[in-house]
Amino acid sequence: MRVRKVIDGVSEKVMCSVTAAVSFLVVLIAAGLYLKARPIMEITPIKELLTSSSWHPLKGEFGFYPFLMGTFWVTFLAMIFAIPICLLCSIYISEYAPRKMRDVIKPLIDLLAGIPSVVYGVFGVLAVVPLIRDTAHRINISTTGYSVLAGGIVLAIMVFPIIISVSVEVIQSVPYEARESSLSLGATQWQTVKKVVLKKAFPGIVAAIILGFSRAFGETMAVLMVVGNVPQVPHSIFEEAYPLTALIANNYGEMLSVPLYDSALLLGALILLLIVLLFSMAARLILMRGGR
Amino acid sequence: MYHITIKGLNVSYGNHHVLKNVSLEIPRNKITVIIGPSGCGKTTLLKSLNRLLELQEGVRISGSVLVDDESVYDPKVDVTELRKKMGLLSQRPYPLPMSIFDNVAYGPRIHGTRKRKKLNEIVEKNLRAAGLWEEVKDRLKSPAASLSIGQQQRLCLARCLAVSPEIILCDEPTSALDPFSAQKIEETLSELKTDYTIVVVTHNLRRARRLADYVGFIFLGELIEHGGKKDIFENPKDERTRRYISGESYL
Amino acid sequence: MNLRHVEERCFKVLMIAATFIILGSLFAVIGVILVKGAGALSLSMITQTSKGGYYLGKEGGVLNAIVGSLYLAFGATATSLLVSLPIAFCLQREYVKARTANVVRLSLDVLWGVPSIIYGVFGFTIMLLLGLRASLLGGIVALTLLELPIMVRAIDEVLQMVPRELKEASYTLGATRYETMFKVVTRQILPGIISAIILAFGRGIGDAASILFTAGYTDHIPSSLLDPVASLPLAVFFQMGTPFPEVQERAYASALILLIIVLLLTVSSRLFSRRFAKFVIR
Repeated sequence: MRVRKVIDGVSEKVMCSVTAAVSFLVVLIAAGLYLKARPIMEITPIKELLTSSSWHPLKGEFGFYPFLMGTFWVTFLAMIFAIPICLLCSIYISEYAPRKMRDVIKPLIDLLAGIPSVVYGVFGVLAVVPLIRDTAHRINISTTGYSVLAGGIVLAIMVFPIIISVSVEVIQSVPYEARESSLSLGATQWQTVKKVVLKKAFPGIVAAIILGFSRAFGETMAVLMVVGNVPQVPHSIFEEAYPLTALIANNYGEMLSVPLYDSALLLGALILLLIVLLFSMAARLILMRGGR
Repeated sequence: MYHITIKGLNVSYGNHHVLKNVSLEIPRNKITVIIGPSGCGKTTLLKSLNRLLELQEGVRISGSVLVDDESVYDPKVDVTELRKKMGLLSQRPYPLPMSIFDNVAYGPRIHGTRKRKKLNEIVEKNLRAAGLWEEVKDRLKSPAASLSIGQQQRLCLARCLAVSPEIILCDEPTSALDPFSAQKIEETLSELKTDYTIVVVTHNLRRARRLADYVGFIFLGELIEHGGKKDIFENPKDERTRRYISGESYL
Repeated sequence: MNLRHVEERCFKVLMIAATFIILGSLFAVIGVILVKGAGALSLSMITQTSKGGYYLGKEGGVLNAIVGSLYLAFGATATSLLVSLPIAFCLQREYVKARTANVVRLSLDVLWGVPSIIYGVFGFTIMLLLGLRASLLGGIVALTLLELPIMVRAIDEVLQMVPRELKEASYTLGATRYETMFKVVTRQILPGIISAIILAFGRGIGDAASILFTAGYTDHIPSSLLDPVASLPLAVFFQMGTPFPEVQERAYASALILLIIVLLLTVSSRLFSRRFAKFVIR
């Protein structure tokens, strides 16, 4: 009997300490990155690092502005594509599609979530980039096809399943009576969706969009393969860009002999992490408050 | 001249036959109360009138429902116009996620009323009719969810009246309320019957006795008998009706 | 027909169009990879390791990457299962208050959202600190970090659906919490655990950014935990990056192999979660 009690007690201690350790993992990662990024922040003020466009590691100049803009534009474009399409599709799945069709569409969309990002990258290079190049040539814009637009399209496809699965769940959790009250007043189904269901589901849908946004923001490989990686602030969607994630992936681990280079790259990682943490924390809190 | 005529209505969910060959006439400008034990298809009958039933998966409906001699299930019927004609007051009040004012104005707005002045009139008139105006006139902008549950039910009644229906369908409209609010709703319904045809579903016999002009008794999906209040309550023809009304076991 | 019915029609058409765009992109991705990859796929690609000069379009295959990826994903999935089960159990009412559990859940959800490149960078930084080279071990650690939140949350979801009566039955027999969790509850949630494993495995085998620095790349199949290891996603990435068309063709084939593995995993997780329900009390 005593042995069993001891096992129970010891197992509790072990389980709780593992849990505590993992809960603080995010903090640990952020702290680690901060420690490594500190040397560069001591030399160049953070404000200058974020707003300068001059990226010359050999001269010790590390301006993140083009990379931040690269990430921003690609993500922004992806969300512009993804939000309307995902919302319409989520409403269709949860309000209009017959049950059988829903049972077919949902697993298919989940398949999208499982496809590895390098596969999306190959798809982008094989299909999206040439399509953009050819179409742009037809309207007299010269581009290699490797562009912000290509990154935006590929990222949009990658965030479809995230936004849709969360928003379908949120929309379906709106009580049936809400729809019934509106319909019994003679509202059409669309009026009911627009004025009652979406209104109730609004915070959850915002959370779904934020989750999609933070996924797109941190995505690396697929974007890296299709945006061209030219360190410039893009002026049109047909120009190349160089997102932050691509910068880190291309250079970290190789250029460690250049002084402060690794510190600068880890600062980039820290910025990325903090932004993503902020957004996903906000989204999760919204969803938790919605009682899910 | 009956307002609603139901002929040979059958409803089933999958293999479950819920309503069996129900035929019933509902007179105009009277309160018709449908009584019967829980789970016997009363709510199903009510929702088959304004076609809310068909929104559920796997429902099969046959037979006919005529309102003013026009078939409800005619494919040419505009279902939204039909539902506008028949207000529904459900068991638990479900205010829409907006302000008190907007709740009542919701219906008129979706049917095309835009003018602020007109909306103000409609809202005041119907809140008065539902006996809620005095309690909420100073806080029309606050969320409907801030009202007590009894007030919410009266708000739902006002919301339903605001689209000027001809028929009001009530599904156990007072069972979730405190006695005071329940009495208020009942009084309001009795006043409203001069202008509306009212159908109430309930398993509460005392309430049925107070409200009804006509009574129908449903048992296990069948309409056992129907007629004037006196006939059913004082002189029921069917043994099952007699037992149910006298409170004896009906099994 | 009045205006609002026209509006309803228009939006319905838009919704169906949106659904088609989404399903269309799924089929486009699979179709493009299938067509381009199948043309370049050959038996030697999956039966041979890459020989010297492979990246110049000479002889060899990607067996080293396939085996390497399996090593990495198996290692990471086993490790994260080992860590996930205690965490998931710990979130139950027997061990911590609901409030604390929710805070932990929040931090796991946040961890889920951390970009995989961050795990790679963090893992590599730690390895530099310990003086380790890019290796199978490093890759496994980085992938474990990536898979952990996925696995814990998936197991946690099924744990929350375990009927209270089941645990009570075990406790009334005098079982301790440890015995109840690991002997009774584990059996009940076995299907859930298996689909969590498959889900995490699929995520692990497909991820490139986290192992980019930590696992390295090699032409050989690793013989110890400290050897560098090749992986399919990185094989695709490096092959795509070469200027030789024949090598790029091989990237398509490697991508196809990866896609097939992942799709098989997704489909089997659906099937398994039904099949393994033998001991489940409903």
